[in-house]
Amino acid sequence: MANGTTDQAAAHPSEAEGVAREPLVLNNRSFSWVTNQICSIVENRQPLGWWFLFIPSVLLAGCLGFTLVYLVSTGVGVWGNNQPVAWGWAIVNFVFWIGIGHAGTLISAILFLTRQRWRTSVNRASEAMTLFAVVCAGIFPGFHVGRFWMVWFLAPVPNANAIWQNFKSPLLWDVFAVSTYFTVSVIFWYIGLIPDLATLRDRARTKIRKMAYGFFALGWRGGNRQWQHYEMGYLLLAALSTPLVLSVHSVVSFDFATSIVPGWHTTIFPPYFVAGAIFGGFAMVLTLMIPCRRIYGLQDMITMKHIDNMAKIILLTGSIVGYAYIMELFISYYSASKYETDAFHLRILSGPYTPYYYCMFFCNVISPQIFWFEKARKNLVVVFIVANFVNAGMWFERFVIIPTSISIDFLPGQWGIYHPSWVEMLMFAGTFGLFLSLFLLFLRFLPVIAIAEVKGVLPQADPHYHDWKKLKEGRRAGA
Amino acid sequence: MSATANSTKQPYAYVAEFESASDLYHAAEKVRDAGFRKWDVHTPYPVHGMDHAMGMKKSWLSAIVLGGGLTGFLTAFVLEFFTQVKLYPTVVQNKPTNLFTVPAFFPVMFELTILFSAFATLFGLLIVLLLPRWNHPLFESELFSKFSDDGFILVIESRDPKFRVEKTRELLESAGAKSVELLEA
Repeated sequence: MANGTTDQAAAHPSEAEGVAREPLVLNNRSFSWVTNQICSIVENRQPLGWWFLFIPSVLLAGCLGFTLVYLVSTGVGVWGNNQPVAWGWAIVNFVFWIGIGHAGTLISAILFLTRQRWRTSVNRASEAMTLFAVVCAGIFPGFHVGRFWMVWFLAPVPNANAIWQNFKSPLLWDVFAVSTYFTVSVIFWYIGLIPDLATLRDRARTKIRKMAYGFFALGWRGGNRQWQHYEMGYLLLAALSTPLVLSVHSVVSFDFATSIVPGWHTTIFPPYFVAGAIFGGFAMVLTLMIPCRRIYGLQDMITMKHIDNMAKIILLTGSIVGYAYIMELFISYYSASKYETDAFHLRILSGPYTPYYYCMFFCNVISPQIFWFEKARKNLVVVFIVANFVNAGMWFERFVIIPTSISIDFLPGQWGIYHPSWVEMLMFAGTFGLFLSLFLLFLRFLPVIAIAEVKGVLPQADPHYHDWKKLKEGRRAGA
Repeated sequence: MSATANSTKQPYAYVAEFESASDLYHAAEKVRDAGFRKWDVHTPYPVHGMDHAMGMKKSWLSAIVLGGGLTGFLTAFVLEFFTQVKLYPTVVQNKPTNLFTVPAFFPVMFELTILFSAFATLFGLLIVLLLPRWNHPLFESELFSKFSDDGFILVIESRDPKFRVEKTRELLESAGAKSVELLEA
């Protein structure tokens, strides 16, 4: 299928009426071209670059395993946490990863409800990214409890003294929010995969492939009597995930906002965290998809229009985050609370972590402003660099929020500067290895783009497309 | 694939392939008007408007999901109120535990509402779709398997009271089918 162009896709009603939009799939591709292009990634041998990424990723993930074993066998003292900074990199990294997980659900749910049809090319990969990011996130609080074998205390069951969890605590809300988020994201992702797994099943040449894909495709037959319920189910899940995704990072922010620590005790936190999560998540989607579309030749489906749209979202959410940073400063001044003003004074002027604040501010607020220019949004190098600035900036943001607020507390006797140990650093690097390994395995075994959904946005997918075409030809003949 | 000399096999269905979504749409209208019941169209993606062309009603999956959501909400309320207020009131940070504690229970009530609704969507969907079903007579048809690539397939089952070996084929051909296959099972 070198040339999959069809004459069917010659012109769509919207184009002819003078309200032309950039097509979602370029070069008038046919249905079978879409199938071939996406399925061949899974069916053929992986390019060499895949192995060059996969092997180091697995090794790095091994470092994560090593540090976790070392941590459990020795004790949490191997981390740099101290009093008062009991929440060090572990919680910074937790919030960082869980934030990255937000773009997937935003793309798959919110953009679905708002009928943003460009989402179809990127939703599968971003949902996968969400799941893997949440897996990485979950490791940190799990091990941060100290005695990992007691982690079942998080589950709503009474302990040996018949005492139940404190349901008024934001930390317990967090357990519910994150585990619900992970479960619902898996369900959403899997339901979306079913028709594509059926495509892979029907193309499979070996028995093992047919059995494996066939098993998970559940015997999907693509009948309209199935699609009808399927689409309703998908719509319902999108409607459920939309408030869920907004709630998860709000609840994460409650961990801080409901405390009485200056610098954390802020009502702006929930919207500020949600905007930041979407911001960081889109940056990670771009970081993964820009190389991916190039390596696998997906430029016709993940077009410059997609990159452009995502860059615009980064600009918007980055500006919201910038507004929140400035508003935090203003409120600390306006509150006239000595502790509050001191906390922010230390954060931006004379504290031990002041350089981090400016790194954060540059990466998150200044660097995305280049996306006001279309040339920058359409330049892949610029987009990739800015996306990575944002990835780093969002990590700095969580670092700025957590240790700076608690290292210098109300009483001088409680002061203590926090530095991470090598174990924490290796653990954090290890989660990148785990994340990339999982993502590369996803590329290897599952369709990276939602095949059925992309077919649905081709112009010839419209059941009235050919009627309209005939009508137009008739008119032309009449005139 | 289908037409074998085995005499125990009965006609199972007509499998017809159409050129495009538009052709399939109009064929579906014809089959609907002819009064068939046991038939379906199989497409690589959901063709919008096909529900109307086939004369189908709205999916009732949402009712199951509503039930799931309510169950989740009540589960969370009972879990929190019973354990925190009735069974073992824990006074933390001088916050009271009584009826007025309920606002602090909202986040978990919300999360469980969503969680149970999502499970209801998944399992409800499997129930209404009658899946998983790994073995189906249609999987024997080479023509049918094109549905997951670029085939627009219309299937009329022989258990439909209006099914006639000759007449139904004529109907499908007159509706513009590219190829028609009588599948036996």
